[in-house]
Amino acid sequence: MTNILIKNARVIDPKNQLDEVTDIYISKQRIAGVGAAPTNFTADETIDANGLWLIPGIVDLSARLREPGLEQKANIKTEARAAASAGITTLCVPPDTDPVIDEPAVVELIHHKAKQAKQSQVVTLGALTAGLKGKQLSEMATLKKAGCVGISNCKNTIDNTQILHRAFQYASTHNITVFIEAHEPHLSANGCAHEGPIASRLGLTPIPYAAETAPIAQVLELIRGTDIRVHFGRLSCARSIELINEAKASGLQVTADVAAHQLHLTEMDISSFNSQCHVMPPLRSQRDMQALRRGVANGAINSICSDHQPHELDAKQAPFPATESGISGVETLLPLTLKLVDNGQLSLNTAIASITCNSAAILGLDVGHLSVGSTANLCLIDPEKEWVFHSADMLSHGKNTPFSGWNFKGKVTQTIINGRTIYIDK
Amino acid sequence: MVNKATRPTDDLLGQDLWNIQLDEQGQLKHFLTIEGLGSNILKQILDTAESFAGVNASVKKVPILRGKTIVNLFFEASTRTRTTFELAAKRLSADVLNMNISVSATSKGETLLDTLRNLEAMQADMFVVRHADSGTAHFIANHVAPHVRVLNAGDGQHAHPTQAMLDMFTIRRKKGADFGKLRVAIVGDILHSRVARSQIHALNTLNTGEVRVVGPKTLIPKDIEAMGVTVFHDMQQGIQDADVVIMLRLQKERMQGGLLPSEQEYFELYGLTEERLKGAKADAIVMHPGPINRGVEIESSVADGPQSVILNQVTYGIAVRMAVMAMTLGGNVSKANQEDAS
Repeated sequence: MTNILIKNARVIDPKNQLDEVTDIYISKQRIAGVGAAPTNFTADETIDANGLWLIPGIVDLSARLREPGLEQKANIKTEARAAASAGITTLCVPPDTDPVIDEPAVVELIHHKAKQAKQSQVVTLGALTAGLKGKQLSEMATLKKAGCVGISNCKNTIDNTQILHRAFQYASTHNITVFIEAHEPHLSANGCAHEGPIASRLGLTPIPYAAETAPIAQVLELIRGTDIRVHFGRLSCARSIELINEAKASGLQVTADVAAHQLHLTEMDISSFNSQCHVMPPLRSQRDMQALRRGVANGAINSICSDHQPHELDAKQAPFPATESGISGVETLLPLTLKLVDNGQLSLNTAIASITCNSAAILGLDVGHLSVGSTANLCLIDPEKEWVFHSADMLSHGKNTPFSGWNFKGKVTQTIINGRTIYIDK
Repeated sequence: MVNKATRPTDDLLGQDLWNIQLDEQGQLKHFLTIEGLGSNILKQILDTAESFAGVNASVKKVPILRGKTIVNLFFEASTRTRTTFELAAKRLSADVLNMNISVSATSKGETLLDTLRNLEAMQADMFVVRHADSGTAHFIANHVAPHVRVLNAGDGQHAHPTQAMLDMFTIRRKKGADFGKLRVAIVGDILHSRVARSQIHALNTLNTGEVRVVGPKTLIPKDIEAMGVTVFHDMQQGIQDADVVIMLRLQKERMQGGLLPSEQEYFELYGLTEERLKGAKADAIVMHPGPINRGVEIESSVADGPQSVILNQVTYGIAVRMAVMAMTLGGNVSKANQEDAS
């Protein structure tokens, strides 16, 4: 096994409150030393990282890899490779695959494919209800044993509130975190745009704030006074942050994330029917975007994720309401996050924490940091590199992005997973 | 819009909604929405329509679009609108192809782009498009060959610009060219109405004194005030002293979605009756894009009454559609028209 010495990198490790130029020693797939060499260490490979940043491997809370079920859009191998090239070393897959992740065989299939791919590591969420149909609890304990790091019903509704209530109790019994994508289907029926002046002008069926905030409020009432862990994913509304803050203040164990694109785009961006900006939840007002940015900055929102949803070309080539929602996001997660630092919206420490250790903590994984003894997942970044992102250059099978042509500063030069170099920028 | 640096044209992005409609000389190229067009273009459409209004009676045909092929591409059933586009094209001497494509057929495999490519291969010069999805005409205009023109005959709840222009034509004929002194009330289901949205843009572009929308909160879209209208929920107040009252068609399916309790209650609160109409100006005109639901949004005696200009709207529709077809496809319209008349 190769021993690697990375010299003179600016090591940014928020979990260990480390931000200094130092050396990192990797041995037996693990971090063997920070600053000081472990005894008897001989480097097989030395990387001079002078002028580069070294951060823990990025942990992405929500990435749809489209396998199994939608392989015409993408597959685990292509997407894990795209993610690795963007510094992401752990991907969390929601259970709305086909078949749904509601039995161990599907979990094993995904883990097996990911291992074969030898790229970013892939973890899974299990279904909260059988088939995500909202009628019957899934075998959560079995799914956890098979490797699921949490459970979710994705955007599928549970009409019967008692089932939802019991799902929380049962998950809590087995110490499983419940991941919620708040989405009230009746309020957002056939909707494709934020209820506001742009949707009204364009004649697009609107999605009101309440489609997100009402189910969040409902969940918070259902778990009031308990220690059930609930994570709210992909927030889009300023009011959602207030609800989460109130819940945190009252002692509930809740966390939240936001998709990177929600921190940069607003309803204005769909005003020319740009289907690349068709996302769910929809892009909302400038005020909401500012609140989401503040939420990340002050810790109300713990994590930024890619909400990766690669599509085939045809899925976006239609009139706006007929297009599929979602952005192919793994390759813009870090650039969009660093842009907030560059613009003075986020401190570098908070930015890195929100895509590494904070995300890992939500998943209950011992990754996202550079403690001695931990798995050597990390990436090197050239912080001064200015570059233009082009959809044609994407490694993801899905080229659907509204960010093509954007200028970014800071680029991944190398990604190391499990002590092995998986990606190197040539 | 904060962090954007450059936006390339070679990627998947659409052009701005308003720029795509004009060519480099600022002339009308596609007619997709009223939004973004200047009053000069709207007046040019009205003036051109005026010159065609006589064609209907005296001269049956003008040769402006001889040799051109116009495809009526209707993904939503509509006999009336399609017929007026067909008549307009024929009076301009174009060849017309009618394609009625049910949405179920396209959902079985052929994408909208496939359909377009096939029709383009048949040497079409213009698509007149109606589709249930907002943004369809804009999408098609972004994807057709450079010489092909696109007219929007109604896209989802977004726009129906020729209907709005024939309404402006009707108002100008009945009330004169100075829109600044007019108060116009649009009554009914604004939320689902592409007609209302286009009317609002057109009225405001022509500097109408006051544009009002009237309806229950369930049928008024959020932040509609941003389009330059005053919102009323009470019918009597809404049409008070109006010069023009435009009634919108109420679709029966609105009862199912919980937007309204019943047709009866709707008529009681928002139906235009002779009694109610007395609140508007004595010489107010009553308009309706059709087809009318008698006894739901309008009383028969009003629809057929002396203040109604509903049938004028239908007649003027042909001249207005001729105007936009000629302007987008025919080059110098007034010249060709004069030559023909001489």
